Amino acid sequence: MITGNSFYNAQDKHKGILSWILSTDHKRIGLLYLTAMFSFFFVGVILGLLIRLELIAPGRTIMSAPAYNAVFTVHGVIMIFLFIIPGIPAGLGNFLLPLQIGARDVAFPRLNLMSWWFYVSGAAVILISLFTGGGPPDTGWTFYVPYSIRTGTNVTLAVFGVFLLGISSTLTGLNFVTTIHRLRASGMTWLRMPLFPWALYATGWVQILATPVLALTLLLLIFERVFGLGFFDPAKGGDPLLFEHLFWIYSHPAVYIMILPAMGVVSEIIPVFARRTIFGYRLIVFSSLAIAFVGYLVWGHHMFTSGMSDLSKVVFSFLTFIVAVPSGIKIFNWVSSLYGGSIDMKSPLLYTVAFIFLFSIGGITGLVNSALATNIQVHGTYFIVAHFHYTMFGGTAFAFFAALHFWFPKIFGKMFRERLANTAWFFLFAGFNTLYFPMFILGWQGMPRRYYDYLPQFHTLQVISTIGSWILATGLFIMFYNLISSIFRGEKALSNPWGGVTLEWKTSSPPPVENFEEPPVVTGAPYRFR
Amino acid sequence: MSNMSITEHRPDYEGSRLGMWIFLFTEMLLFAGLFLLYSVFRTRYSPEFHTSSVELSRTAGTVNTIILLTSSLTMALSISVIKSGRRGMSLLFQSLTVSLGILFLVNKYFEWGAKLWHGIYPNSPELLQRGKGKTMFYGLYYLMTGLHGLHVLAGVILLTIMFIMTVNNRINREQYVRLENSGLYWHLVDVVWVYLFPVFYLIN
Repeated sequence: MITGNSFYNAQDKHKGILSWILSTDHKRIGLLYLTAMFSFFFVGVILGLLIRLELIAPGRTIMSAPAYNAVFTVHGVIMIFLFIIPGIPAGLGNFLLPLQIGARDVAFPRLNLMSWWFYVSGAAVILISLFTGGGPPDTGWTFYVPYSIRTGTNVTLAVFGVFLLGISSTLTGLNFVTTIHRLRASGMTWLRMPLFPWALYATGWVQILATPVLALTLLLLIFERVFGLGFFDPAKGGDPLLFEHLFWIYSHPAVYIMILPAMGVVSEIIPVFARRTIFGYRLIVFSSLAIAFVGYLVWGHHMFTSGMSDLSKVVFSFLTFIVAVPSGIKIFNWVSSLYGGSIDMKSPLLYTVAFIFLFSIGGITGLVNSALATNIQVHGTYFIVAHFHYTMFGGTAFAFFAALHFWFPKIFGKMFRERLANTAWFFLFAGFNTLYFPMFILGWQGMPRRYYDYLPQFHTLQVISTIGSWILATGLFIMFYNLISSIFRGEKALSNPWGGVTLEWKTSSPPPVENFEEPPVVTGAPYRFR
Repeated sequence: MSNMSITEHRPDYEGSRLGMWIFLFTEMLLFAGLFLLYSVFRTRYSPEFHTSSVELSRTAGTVNTIILLTSSLTMALSISVIKSGRRGMSLLFQSLTVSLGILFLVNKYFEWGAKLWHGIYPNSPELLQRGKGKTMFYGLYYLMTGLHGLHVLAGVILLTIMFIMTVNNRINREQYVRLENSGLYWHLVDVVWVYLFPVFYLIN
């Protein structure tokens, strides 16, 4: 498939598939993650399409109500824990972090492989949980008590799988933070580091400091089901609200695990296609760290209707508004970077611009949720569903797609077909908005999330949404067809097809095993064109 | 700020230590969640927590505290002597640390055993009948000391591996970062106990 001195041809003590699944090369591990994640993404998409198909008409359409509960739960668990949390850091971060900072590998290559094995084991356990015991969990991806303790479905096993995924995520964060501290190329001071590694650095700390709380919460849930400790059971003296607190103490920071790397990707792509240095480098760095920090202190905004003192509600609401500031700073900086640049609208930039548009909608509707008065109206409705799909799919996944196109030549040494990529973009962008925008209106009108059935007045918008899901799926199909077929049949890529200036473009495409022929030396700030 | 070159793949002492410290942060946060639960229930059921705490054996707790503190000392000594190349001494101190760790677990076994014998364990009819506050206290007691006990067990296994590596000369006066990192882990386990001991046995 690929010739020359690339890591694909490296001699290894193992042969065949073993040279991949036992490899400690960060590039191979990154590709392993990408392959696994996108396989699960595909399953998640199918489940999402089934949800939409069921909702095309009121009442029963294609599945029973319990099946529907299982389908949306598994859709959430797969998309969140198997796709978007490992997402950009584990897949592209593994491949690119050492390249971008001029290192030979991550700090702990064997630990890196172990993280991948934890990921695979967690995924396997979750898959087993779907077909054994009481069947797939039907609690929603948040596993809220008391239902998650009482349900007869296979929650214990599924939760244990998520626990393993948490270990994988923590170890990856640990590895990346250490790598960035210890292995930056000679001359690369902190403020000469590109912004994607900066984003991974901020993400790494969130993974390290938040994921253990999830691990604990999930252990408690397992113990609760197996030993009946009673911490979440009022009859024994416990309190179900504690579960929500512990869960969101992790799961709110986790949304920054999902979005920060995407913001890093955007900060890399924009300067390259605007042919201009990034506007406000230091503020982008600072805002990543600010998001990571303030992100810890806002979990209560998921619980405004769960029962909390008015004072804590006001504080959580205020802090949530504060955390929007650094995100706003980033948006302004990206737009300012485009201003006055000589913009070259190649596919990666097209996807990136879609990110800015969709993420802005997602972010601003986030403020609607964080205001106490409006929150009561939209809490637990389709408005929330639309909001987090705009941030997580419109935001993170679009940035992920942008990154896949941007670094595709570097990873595979081939070019994709630009035109087909742009066609796919059109379907994705149109389909996405047709699918999710009606949900804002539905939610505002009072359609609750996760419901199997709905009132007749919601019918039209539900139908539009379902049609959107097919357009979106077409876009995904075209995009993956283009990318996968280009791996085998694409034109050979040059080492620097886009004219990027960060270190990964200074080595060949695909890179050799040791990444660089000569260890790179950095003499100035990143993103200096000419 | 590091300017080290990355041409060769030599072991990075500072990097290993940094990685270990970060790992210890994750351990601390794991226990932090439990201390959070503890403080919530302690506030809610203050009187019951007082009366339950009296029922625990202070002697057993104190003995275990002394055991673990001593083991931290022997752990530290085993590292400081390996730096000056006295391998035999280091092996002696390591085996002492492992023995003290096991002794801690044995003591814990008898302590738990006595409570189980009285029918006090999570979800037991005897415990539920004693009321909500006691149910929560003993739930936390079993969970937190149990999770800590698992960490002691992991430490004992880890230090046994370190012992074997020292015998095989893979840990020596030049390369001792593994032993040092295991020591850091062992001290963390000790520190967690230093907090567990007062919150369960002393505050009443």
